[in-house]
Amino acid sequence: MRVPLSWLREYVELPAGTTGRDVAEHLVRAGLEVETVHQSGLGLTGPLLVGYVLEIEELTGFKKPIRFCQVQVGQNPQDSRGIICGATNFATGDKVVVALPGAVLPGEFKITARSTYGHVSDGMICSAREIGLGDDHAGIIVLPDECEVGADAVELLGVRDEVLDIAVTPDRGYCLSMRGIAREAAIAYGTALRDPALLDTPAPTRTGHPVRLLDPAGCDLFVARAVRNIDPLSPSPLWMQRRIQLAGMRPISLIVDITNYVMMEIGQPLHAYAADRLTGPITVRRAQAGEILETLDGQHRKLDPEDLVIADASGPIGLAGVMGGGATEVQPTTTDVLVEGAHFDPVVIARAARRHKLPSEASRRFERGVDPNAAAAAVQRAVDLLVLLGQGEADPAVTVESTRPAAAEQIVIDATLPGRVAGLEYSREIVAGRLQEIGCTVEGADTLRVIPPSWRPDLTDPNDLAEEVIRLEGYDRLPSTMPQVPAGRGLTVKQRYRRRVGRELAGAGYVEVLCYPFVGQKDFDQLGLPEDDSRRTTLRLLNPLSDEQPELRTTLLPGLLATLRRNIGRGFNDVALFETGLIFSPKPGAVPPPRLSGEHRPSEEQLAALDAALPNQPAHIAVVLAGLREPAGWWGPGRPAAADANSTLWADAIEAARSVARACGVELDVTQAQYEPWHPGRCARLLVDGRVVGHAGELHPKVLTELGLPPRTSAMELDLDALIPARDLPVQGPLVSTFPVATQDVALVVDDGVPAAAVESALTRGAGVLLESINLFDVYQGERIGEGKKSLAFSLRFRAADRTLTVEEATQARDAAVSLATEQTGAVLRGA
Amino acid sequence: MSAPNKTFDPVEVEALKPGEVERARDEALAAFAAAVNLAALHEAKIAHAGDRSPLALANREIGALPPAAKAEAGKRVGQARAAVNAALATRQAELEAERDARVLVEESVDVTLPWNRAPRGARHPLTTLQERIADAFVSIGWEVAEGPEVESEWMNFDALNIHRDHPARTTQDTFFVETPGANEDTDSLVLRTHTSPVQIRTLLTRKLPVYVICPGRVFRSDALDATHTPVFGQIEGLAVDEGITMADLKGTLDHFATVMFGDGIDTRLRPSYFPFTEPSAEMDLRCFVCRGESVGNPDRPCRTCNSEGWIEWGGCGVVNPRVLRAAGVDSDRYSGFAFGMGLERTLMFRHSVADMHDIVEGDLRFTLPFGVEI
Repeated sequence: MRVPLSWLREYVELPAGTTGRDVAEHLVRAGLEVETVHQSGLGLTGPLLVGYVLEIEELTGFKKPIRFCQVQVGQNPQDSRGIICGATNFATGDKVVVALPGAVLPGEFKITARSTYGHVSDGMICSAREIGLGDDHAGIIVLPDECEVGADAVELLGVRDEVLDIAVTPDRGYCLSMRGIAREAAIAYGTALRDPALLDTPAPTRTGHPVRLLDPAGCDLFVARAVRNIDPLSPSPLWMQRRIQLAGMRPISLIVDITNYVMMEIGQPLHAYAADRLTGPITVRRAQAGEILETLDGQHRKLDPEDLVIADASGPIGLAGVMGGGATEVQPTTTDVLVEGAHFDPVVIARAARRHKLPSEASRRFERGVDPNAAAAAVQRAVDLLVLLGQGEADPAVTVESTRPAAAEQIVIDATLPGRVAGLEYSREIVAGRLQEIGCTVEGADTLRVIPPSWRPDLTDPNDLAEEVIRLEGYDRLPSTMPQVPAGRGLTVKQRYRRRVGRELAGAGYVEVLCYPFVGQKDFDQLGLPEDDSRRTTLRLLNPLSDEQPELRTTLLPGLLATLRRNIGRGFNDVALFETGLIFSPKPGAVPPPRLSGEHRPSEEQLAALDAALPNQPAHIAVVLAGLREPAGWWGPGRPAAADANSTLWADAIEAARSVARACGVELDVTQAQYEPWHPGRCARLLVDGRVVGHAGELHPKVLTELGLPPRTSAMELDLDALIPARDLPVQGPLVSTFPVATQDVALVVDDGVPAAAVESALTRGAGVLLESINLFDVYQGERIGEGKKSLAFSLRFRAADRTLTVEEATQARDAAVSLATEQTGAVLRGA
Repeated sequence: MSAPNKTFDPVEVEALKPGEVERARDEALAAFAAAVNLAALHEAKIAHAGDRSPLALANREIGALPPAAKAEAGKRVGQARAAVNAALATRQAELEAERDARVLVEESVDVTLPWNRAPRGARHPLTTLQERIADAFVSIGWEVAEGPEVESEWMNFDALNIHRDHPARTTQDTFFVETPGANEDTDSLVLRTHTSPVQIRTLLTRKLPVYVICPGRVFRSDALDATHTPVFGQIEGLAVDEGITMADLKGTLDHFATVMFGDGIDTRLRPSYFPFTEPSAEMDLRCFVCRGESVGNPDRPCRTCNSEGWIEWGGCGVVNPRVLRAAGVDSDRYSGFAFGMGLERTLMFRHSVADMHDIVEGDLRFTLPFGVEI
């Protein structure tokens, strides 16, 4: 809502010298969101006068039409100036706006007398844009005849003004009017309000245009009155045009301007029908299936049976509360109109505006609630203006059809409630006084019986009233206190472990990123997922931002890989990233959530049904890495040393998974696997207690080519929720033996296909309790051990808790270890 | 080698003459002094203090002297050898010290060489910021609650007093999830538009009183630009207890602002409207850069607050009793307050981040400087 300060002053007595910024501050404190205060006419200084065109000499020989005009700018014809003008939309005898030498127009445009086109131009005839009155630059301003020659045009045109742009929240529909804003300003300044809706309205007659309300739920009030013999040539007065323009609408014609002006003034949307184009009585009803309405914007709209329409004998003539129809539109020749002021149900109008994608000034107001008690006044105000400005004659007959209840609902509120909500005591007088200020009638002492004003449909609960009292008393008066919070239990296990995992990976050199969760099937194609891969079963958005990615992720990899590529594209070759986030996997056979009321707590079954409708949303954690984990430098080569098949980046990916698991207090079992999008020979399946929790390794070369990523790029993804324990698993402090260690090395030859992990695990179990640690320190493949074999060299450290081990004891334990490894993996002691 | 002189023949032994002993001693001292390094000293030691050195040989001759001469000769030679050994030890120590010093000099390196062999990583500042905020509240007894990102409409809207036709429901640019099998008795699934459904879940499941902070990702169908992103972080707080007031909200926010931005940084409430709170307020933070001193002071403009002295931080209010009732809370007995703010926005002004793109694009140059805590 744009509020010109000069217009606002008509209803509120503001202290002299009050600026727009000052008013804005007062209104903000009262809860109105003033977005900007626009200074109109800033940078304009006179003389800017009303001129009278005495004589026009058309100059020829130039590329465009040029006129040399004699313009009278004073009381008598001697005060005339010769002015060059390029516009042609005026004639001798017209009154125009003249800027004389010395004037400065907006944009620091200084007017001087100057020679041009062979004449001295002693000033300028102005267009609307040149003096900051809007965008119109099609021609110069032609003023109405009654303007006095030589008068100050700055004053006359209302050039200088301040306009407050106010974003009105949905609960404050009444503030979509000068009347509503003026009420808030009057309260804020503690001055009186001159209510523009407070005017005498004639009693309804039975002879007015017949109206029948066939859908009282949709329309419970309809006021109509005809005005006849309006002079169709009467223009809107300048002041009205200027106000409409400053308020953000366009002046169109006297009749339309008056309905818009009154809507902005009082908040009641009005409609003027060309009376000669109405046929028969007006009905307000729901549309019938198949009905079509041509709205004022020229669109032919197929109506929905839920649409509320205004109809006459010919059918629908308006989409109620949203937009009028073309068939009954006021024409340039229209002399007789029927003015409508009605009250519609907010929800019905909101749905219609949404259904037809037709938000209008009217629907915006009806959706938020319009004061039904102002409808008659608004119609009367429009009628008065049509009579005054358009020389029309008001029809003595007045139609008022209403099904509204006579009395408004009462709210009972404990006078101490506002204080209890605020944490600050307000006296009963303050509470009652503030409520009266906003227009409530208040009765009672300790318990107040309050009837809210007709323009505040948002006030229905005691707390609504408490809010009004607290805001008007000022939020700045609230004390600052702290509640007595009972002892908390700190972070949950899950929350602590998630932090731990993040720190672990950051410490290992990974950089956290947060990707959008949107994916498309193309992403899965690029990852080479088979058609029946469960990750292709996704949730889909009805209104995605991009048609390429209308689905919700089932894996973190697409987002991470795209971010990896972006970083590489920006010149970083060695990149290691990680992300923790939810993935969304639909539950098979899930049904939509039930539609439940927000009025009360749903039953346990209903709540269970809401949750059953949700997809599984486990937190995953994933890393991607490309290039070097450790850079090359003056110390030597980087790591991995090789970018070919000897690259060990895959091992870093698996180690990232292991370290995540360790941070969660669990050990991962790693087995060889084939799983897209990983390299079939370099993919590890990751398990905890036999349950698959993720995969890691080098990505498939085809996938990397497809994604434009460097060879050997590796990745891991884990179901983080599956790793994090339900409760803390405190580390049990080990007994530290101070007896000496006995170290034994073994080299075992096994078939190529035997996993090192299997050999290590057999050695560990075979070695028994004396084994302190085991370390695989070399893997050898080559001629010396034969084709298809590999040698694994382990270092075993033995130590007893209670004695120094003898060489025999250590050797015995080693032999036991080797023998189990032989039994389980076919390992042969190298050199044996 | 000659045998011991048992005959007590008063033969004069040349080597034991005082002049000879002195000469041998002086030669030894000179040789040690002349040794320039440990190797040369070693040579000199063999020559002048070794088994075959003149003094050692002279010492052996003492036995051949008549008893009367033995004592004097023994004393003479002993003193000379002591002087030689002392000089040797001193020189040895000197040369060793010299060598040690030289080795240290020779082993010196350029300590300015870089050693970035293990590049460090970082956590995303939104993650750490959210943790820091959570910690500020956990330290005063609050707990952290979380919830799903795909939600039912009831949790996201209806329970929060945003009914089906509420203007707020259409102005929040909601992402709707395709829900097969939907009909007039069912709702849709949505990507939550705020973390408020977590408040509902908290009230539905926890025993009162509750004091929870709810961080999380939320979604609105806005295109990404310098100040908007369709996926962003929010953190909300909810307190429901007996006798909770708006003053408690104000006090809690003031405390929060101080913890996050320093002493003397308080908050200001401006009346506003949210369906789920009543009264509702916009929450402004006193500008922690200029502390309001830029207001009306054109000489000292403040870019952080545009010289307004306050920074818009979030929304808040007293929980609407309708919301309490929707979650089954006795609204006559309990009251509450709630507040919420955008994490990106907080990050942007707390850390002078100019462009939203940097927060969402995952460029490591942006994230690395934030380290692992914020």
